[in-house]
Amino acid sequence: MRSLANKGSRFGDTAFLTLLTVLGLVVVGLGVLMAWTLGKEAADPLSRFGLFGFLTGTKWDPVSGVFGAWPVILGTLITSSAALLLSFLPAIGLAILSAEYAPRWLATGIDYVVDLLAAIPSVVLGIWGILVLAPALRDNVYRPIYLWATENAPGQAAWLGNPTGYGLITATLVLALMIVPYTTALARDAIRLVPSEQREAAWGLGATRWEVLRVAVLPYARGGITAGAVLSFGRALGETIAVAMLIGNSVRLPLTLFGPASTMPSIIVNEFREAVDNLHLNSLLAVGFFLFIISLIVNLAAAWVQRRLVPGNEGS
Amino acid sequence: MTKNLASFVLAACLAVGSIGAAQTSVDITGAGASFPAPLIASWADLYRDATNGAVLVNYQSIGSGGGIRNFIDQTVHFGATEAFLNDEQLAAARAGSGGEAYNLPVTLADVVITFNVPGLETGLIFDGEVLAGIFSGEILTWDDAALAALNPGVELPHMLINVVHRADGSGTTNIFTSYLSAVSPTWASKVGAGTAVAWPTGVGASGNEGVAGLINNTPGTIGYNSLVYATLNDISYGYMLNAAGNVIAPSLEATSAAGDVPLPEDTRVLIVNTAHPEGYPISGFTWALFYENADANKAFTSRAQAEEAVRFLAWMTTAGQEFSPLLDFAPLPKAAVDSNLDRLAQVKWQGENIGAAIVEGLR
Repeated sequence: MRSLANKGSRFGDTAFLTLLTVLGLVVVGLGVLMAWTLGKEAADPLSRFGLFGFLTGTKWDPVSGVFGAWPVILGTLITSSAALLLSFLPAIGLAILSAEYAPRWLATGIDYVVDLLAAIPSVVLGIWGILVLAPALRDNVYRPIYLWATENAPGQAAWLGNPTGYGLITATLVLALMIVPYTTALARDAIRLVPSEQREAAWGLGATRWEVLRVAVLPYARGGITAGAVLSFGRALGETIAVAMLIGNSVRLPLTLFGPASTMPSIIVNEFREAVDNLHLNSLLAVGFFLFIISLIVNLAAAWVQRRLVPGNEGS
Repeated sequence: MTKNLASFVLAACLAVGSIGAAQTSVDITGAGASFPAPLIASWADLYRDATNGAVLVNYQSIGSGGGIRNFIDQTVHFGATEAFLNDEQLAAARAGSGGEAYNLPVTLADVVITFNVPGLETGLIFDGEVLAGIFSGEILTWDDAALAALNPGVELPHMLINVVHRADGSGTTNIFTSYLSAVSPTWASKVGAGTAVAWPTGVGASGNEGVAGLINNTPGTIGYNSLVYATLNDISYGYMLNAAGNVIAPSLEATSAAGDVPLPEDTRVLIVNTAHPEGYPISGFTWALFYENADANKAFTSRAQAEEAVRFLAWMTTAGQEFSPLLDFAPLPKAAVDSNLDRLAQVKWQGENIGAAIVEGLR
């Protein structure tokens, strides 16, 4: 009986392991295939303009067939970093409130709302942005600031830009809103995973609640919190539709706050369908290729940060 | 009860399916531009009914670029595009088929100037120079002298102009920028024409509906749309001063008139800034793409299928045009209809002409 069971389970083990290996390799293979395809398609513009020329070119002109990705790369980096900066502290605050301070019923409520926020499809946020947020910000914030600047500080109007409501700042605000739930959820989990001995030890030393948090909890959780922030940044990089709906889609260097800009995903989604010329299409794929690479780097960085910042791992 | 109902429905479905299968139906596949997609889909429905389900046309709205690529790769029976085949693409299509590749006009697109300015209504008059000035960021306010000169008696507000353009590549942009290039040498040299261009100024919105929506909720904006989007969304639009010096209100008739000019043999022509005195100047053809040597198109599996495709395209060009205005599409002018029938009459299958007999009765 016992040997039979063993025999069966050994066969099951082998079959299961094979299945897992095959499924896993399929996924890895697909990833490699995707990168390879993108890279192959990107070869034409890259050889024509040079790697450096393509990445730093500031002109994206489908008519004359000149493609430089710097405006969209810059647009992506600016919107994503600004969104992360804007959302990081509120998200951490929410995570600490939910994990440490709030009574159970409130914590459950906060978690529920945060998870719900994460589940809103970005196209819905985009529509809300177009119809409600952008006009409201334009009338109540951007336009008053712009008018004030043109009268009192004419030098400043140049970098503020024409306040139509659809531009860099609106897209950044919505991006920040979109990544808050991710940063919050990951930070909350990191804080909750801090062993209770850590807290108890600090309590035992007579620390106040704030001191416990500062001395025992946050140092322990900082790896998870930072990795969560980096992952949120990665998500902001790839966010497409809500950004395309709100950023104003101008492929020029994003030099103004209120003015329009473009990001790497937004230019792909906008121009892909009617890219009649092969060089145009391949340049879009090249942008996709670099987005792929940047995302890969960000994800690797998150993993590295998480390993690096766990207490006791600093030296390794 | 429920089970009975379910089996009844199932049986009914099977019955319908077998009726469909009993007749040998021919599938025709096309792909391309999204602008004519509603029209071609309606034609497909009408044509299915007209042929009692014998010919099923399936059109995939994947964009002009995709349409041209699929056509050259020979994965569809016909392509559709808002930009005619350029010389390079034409050469590729000829090389792949050993014959001519036809650009057959199927309908016309119009582009109207839409705006949202308090106090200004439909009928504000523009000309090419003023539009080129506005869209290149040289004319900055609504009370600019050039615009005032075109609209004597209209009180223009002192307000910043916010330019809105298409963010996605589109045939609408192609027609509009072609028009600006035709009327303004400065625009032609600095920006040029295409489905996507490097806009010197303004905010981009995705799709006709995106531009319409942005104009609707932003005061001071000017943009460009298909006429149907302007009327459906109740947005004010401008009238155009055409090449003959007449002020033209956009309409399907004025758009058709724009194309009623002598056409070159291959119909690869831009009709922007038309010479027709009643023509609306910002219009352009949308084309279907088809091979002279139908048998060389790998998508065709039989001569009968190729014949049905030619018959459908000929029907679109003739009887189908009567339905265009019902869907807010401009019908083809006579010059284009004649030209299409001339081309279709030359379609061959393994060297043997199959088009002439099909086109014969339609003239």
